[in-house]
Amino acid sequence: MAVLLIADVTEGQLATDAVAKTLSAVASLGDVHVLVAGQGGDAAAAEAATLTGVAKVLFAGDHGFCHTLAEPVSDLIVSLSADYTHIVAPGTSDAKNVLPRVAALLDVMMISEVIGVVDADTFERPIYAGNAIQTVKSGDDIKVLTIRTAGFDAAGTGNTAPVEQVGTAATTGLSDWVQDQVAASDRPDLTSAGIVVSGGRGIGSEADFAMIETLADKLGAAVGASRAAVDSGYAPNDWQVGQTGKVVAPDLYIAVGISGAIQHLAGMKDSKIIVAINKDEEAPIFQVADYGLVGDLFQIVPDLTAKL
Amino acid sequence: MKVLVPVKRVIDYNVKVRVKADGSGVDLANVKMSMNPFDEIAVEEAIRLREAGKVEEVIAVSIGVKQAQETLRTALAMGADRAILVVASDDVHTDIEPLSVAKILKAIVDAEQPGLVICGKQAIDNDMNATGQMLAALMGWSQATFASEVGIDGDHATVTREVDGGLQTIKVKLPTVVTVDLRLNEPRYASLPNIMKAKKKPLDEKTPADYGIDVTPRLTILKTAEPPVRKAGIKVGSVDELVSKLKEAGAV
Ligand SMILES: Cc1cc2nc3c(=O)[nH]c(=O)nc-3n(C[C@H](O)[C@H](O)[C@H](O)COP(=O)(O)OP(=O)(O)OC[C@H]3O[C@@H](n4cnc5c(N)ncnc54)[C@H](O)[C@@H]3O)c2cc1C
Ligand SMILES: Nc1ncnc2c1ncn2[C@@H]1O[C@H](COP(=O)(O)O)[C@@H](O)[C@H]1O
Repeated sequence: MAVLLIADVTEGQLATDAVAKTLSAVASLGDVHVLVAGQGGDAAAAEAATLTGVAKVLFAGDHGFCHTLAEPVSDLIVSLSADYTHIVAPGTSDAKNVLPRVAALLDVMMISEVIGVVDADTFERPIYAGNAIQTVKSGDDIKVLTIRTAGFDAAGTGNTAPVEQVGTAATTGLSDWVQDQVAASDRPDLTSAGIVVSGGRGIGSEADFAMIETLADKLGAAVGASRAAVDSGYAPNDWQVGQTGKVVAPDLYIAVGISGAIQHLAGMKDSKIIVAINKDEEAPIFQVADYGLVGDLFQIVPDLTAKL
Repeated sequence: MKVLVPVKRVIDYNVKVRVKADGSGVDLANVKMSMNPFDEIAVEEAIRLREAGKVEEVIAVSIGVKQAQETLRTALAMGADRAILVVASDDVHTDIEPLSVAKILKAIVDAEQPGLVICGKQAIDNDMNATGQMLAALMGWSQATFASEVGIDGDHATVTREVDGGLQTIKVKLPTVVTVDLRLNEPRYASLPNIMKAKKKPLDEKTPADYGIDVTPRLTILKTAEPPVRKAGIKVGSVDELVSKLKEAGAV
């Protein structure tokens, strides 16, 4: 028996870092087969085959699997499931959409956002915005898991696993893709970046948020934001870090004008070094910061950008 | 068309949970409980659809302890028309798993025949993000998760979704399950007169056995532990000091 790892593929691009980290998370569970779904995913499938720890790549190149629509992709995964003890995926928005549907179709419980694999049945996962870590043992025949990749090292490359074609999509007629609104960016991906600079409500306007982006670009960093900054329209939704946004654990996280609500901390408190810049010395963000600087961000950020 | 809105009673989002010393769980005795914040957004959306004439009736459902009545009364005070409480446990520390919740919701959907179910994206206690998708699977329906915009048009819904790369728009066939994200709307507060009126709205009480559903958990919780604490950091006095500390640490 083996593990089926559902690769995250967007517009034919493999989310290599997320898949490679998931591979290390599940390495102890058995042979890993990676599923790449969607027309035009040939290059993604070939790339997945180079990752260390992959025994086989399954490529489902049917057009019906494009854009990872939940209904056809779940049916595909269920059709393959009989050969597997575990169905796993990095905890991306696509996996969060699809895997619970797969779990229910298989009549098993979903195990979301796993941060530790104890044994084949036992997993650790954060609950209550990471304020507690639960160890759960599943009695189900097939375990369906998403992995919170931030804490795992990426598997290496150099492998040459075979690629096998699988599955055609039946038209479910349930859903259609209409459009994506995705901003192209040269910056590193938020969840895999080595450095993240995040701005909060303290920035005060969309125009001033450019200051955060300038600092990030100076450092070759990704840009993040608090929910308040996103809700206020200073930053797009996909920059939100936190309990209900993205979880990041870079080597360096710089929080600017962010108070440090538990929901925000849930998304960044496992970063290696945390810097907080805030004018309120009582702000809870300072309780998790390695280096705190109390003061006005409008003076500090340009100065810091110049001196780095 | 009817809309079903599942609402969960959870620890208030402002309360910091404490893990019990014996590792058996978190302490929920005497802490403030509220409606899951995403479910407030779901209730608001359902009411707006009724106000826009797209749906006729909004039914709120909660599964859990008897006290989830209060959560349902909040939904009724916001404007839901009636409520169903499924008492599945008498201990606030017992969380009913999403798979069981989805099965109970399926039974209610079979009985009520709504054209739309609007869930929260995630309960802020178990952080599972699973129930809506599971219900859609059990029904064989379409699903539109993490919605930041919902439009109902004839027998379809057009939904904009918050995804990792930005936004995605999909068109799904009704009946469907929508799960809502933070940017969908700003939930209203219940006014005092509406809180009074809500006390008279119908609230049915059921048990899982009424629907023939077994809620025995599939996951055994072996342990609940505190996360590792970060060691206290320092305050630096200037940008220069910060830069030199970061250089020393090899961070920049
Ligand atoms: C269901 C739910 C889910 C949530 N999910 C998330 C999530 O995923 N991520 C998230 O971030 N939040 C989330 N939140 C919101 C969270 O509770 C907080 O409201 C939010 O994180 C606050 O953002 P903030 O720190 O930017 O704003 P605030 O709390 O308003 O803090 C602004 C800070 O800026 C400082 N400041 C102001 N001006 C200056 C200046 N000139 N110089 C220096 N400092 C200045 C202030 O001192 C203050 O500390 C969620 C909430 C709920 C209910
Ligand atoms: N016990 C419950 N009672 C009512 N609704 C629930 C319950 N559990 C989950 N839900 C719904 O499902 C959503 C997602 O919850 P979860 O899958 O547990 O993260 C919530 O926002 C609610 O809308």
